[in-house]
Amino acid sequence: MSGLLFDEPGPRARRRIRLATVAGVLVLLALVALAVRQFAANGQLAAERWQPYATWPMWRYLLGGLWSTALAAVVSAALSMAGGLVLALGRLSRRRAIRLPAAAYVEAVRTIPALLLVYLVLFALPRYGLDLPLFWKLVVPLSVSNAALFAEVFRAGILSIERGQGEAALALGLTHGQSMRLVVLPQAARRVLPSIVSQSVGLLKDTSLGFVVSYAELLYSGKVLANYNGLLIQTYIVVALVYLVVNASLSALARSLDRSVAGGGGPRRRKITRVPR
Amino acid sequence: MSALLDHLPEFWQGLVVTLQMTAASFLGAAAVGLVIVAMRVGPVPVLRAVATVYVETLQNLPLLVLLVLAVFGLPEIGLKAGLTTTAIVVIALYEGAYIAEALRSGVNAISAGQGEAARALGLTFGQSLRHVVLPQALSTVVQPLGNIFIALTMNTSLAAAVGVVELTAAANRVNLLEAQPIPIFVGAGLAYAAVAACAGFVTGRIERRLAVAR
Repeated sequence: MSGLLFDEPGPRARRRIRLATVAGVLVLLALVALAVRQFAANGQLAAERWQPYATWPMWRYLLGGLWSTALAAVVSAALSMAGGLVLALGRLSRRRAIRLPAAAYVEAVRTIPALLLVYLVLFALPRYGLDLPLFWKLVVPLSVSNAALFAEVFRAGILSIERGQGEAALALGLTHGQSMRLVVLPQAARRVLPSIVSQSVGLLKDTSLGFVVSYAELLYSGKVLANYNGLLIQTYIVVALVYLVVNASLSALARSLDRSVAGGGGPRRRKITRVPR
Repeated sequence: MSALLDHLPEFWQGLVVTLQMTAASFLGAAAVGLVIVAMRVGPVPVLRAVATVYVETLQNLPLLVLLVLAVFGLPEIGLKAGLTTTAIVVIALYEGAYIAEALRSGVNAISAGQGEAARALGLTFGQSLRHVVLPQALSTVVQPLGNIFIALTMNTSLAAAVGVVELTAAANRVNLLEAQPIPIFVGAGLAYAAVAACAGFVTGRIERRLAVAR
């Protein structure tokens, strides 16, 4: 295990590693013990406070919430990917009149919190006579904000294709649009697939704003449930675990796609670091 | 427009809370990120595993779920703190995972030969970190850290959903009084955009200053 920061450990370094291992495990155990003590001292470990989550009706309700979450995520992913593709092509257009508005949209939306957009749809649009159903009150602002993020992913993917590809297509007599559609985009699509999946994790996380809209997705369902049965911390922990399982699987999928795309030959594209959302 | 001007004090108060939360939670996140990345690139397998689990868990949970869990759940096990403090701590823990990943990709971008050369020259661990690894790593992570800072500013708005009165909540309250959503929300949006623009400007300057010739 030699690398940037240290060499293969010698006897003294191995001793230090063993010591750090013991210390780390002890600190971890202490933290777990502390958490258990806090739960126990406040009576939150009692079996009847966790029992409900072993019953089917409870899970049927939560899985219904998860279904709504998935529905909102899929619909707004489709909308924002379509919008993102248009914006990315717009930003790469040769005409300023198309390039500038697309760039302005992407840069502006990147600096506006999604919650503000949700409030805008929730409180501003009804005043102008546009009272959307709850589902769209969540999906529209999410699509507006995620279109900008997908646009950047697509743009990076298109730019990562070697110039020669587009130039060769033009030399063969294809028009600009044809070379984009037939040569560049199919190759870019394969490269951005992992980024699309990891963006979708972000989108799925964003659907928790349904909590504000009172659209019955997973988090809002959890809130309703907690208010009904009074098991606050238990409910929210279960909800968090469901999110964790779903998103961690998607992230794992993104990683394995990333590996298979990277193994497919061709120059390694620049890695995009994830941004919190 | 007058709706915006009449309520400037509320907006100002909200903006101050947003800036305070942003500053406090970014500092906290930087500290968390440093600790986590040190564990993740270090040689101790247990600490590596803990840091990996931490990053994976926090990156795969929605921030709002964590906020709701902390604000409504933790008092049930006797952990009570002020609303704003809770939000700051949760945001710091959440963004710390992202900062750790950004720092790690910065460290990974340096070739192993750099560290080996430093050790071959007889530099100690601390010296090689200070003179060789960190200067190169920092210049590549300024931009990602700037992006995280901007995203963190946007994320502080989620605290509005659990009852902290920062800029987004202030805008919402003023709108409930005045019912003039367009100028009010656009004003709040411009304030966020201004903060983000400042952050972008500062990171640009820092990046130029830290740029190393290779």
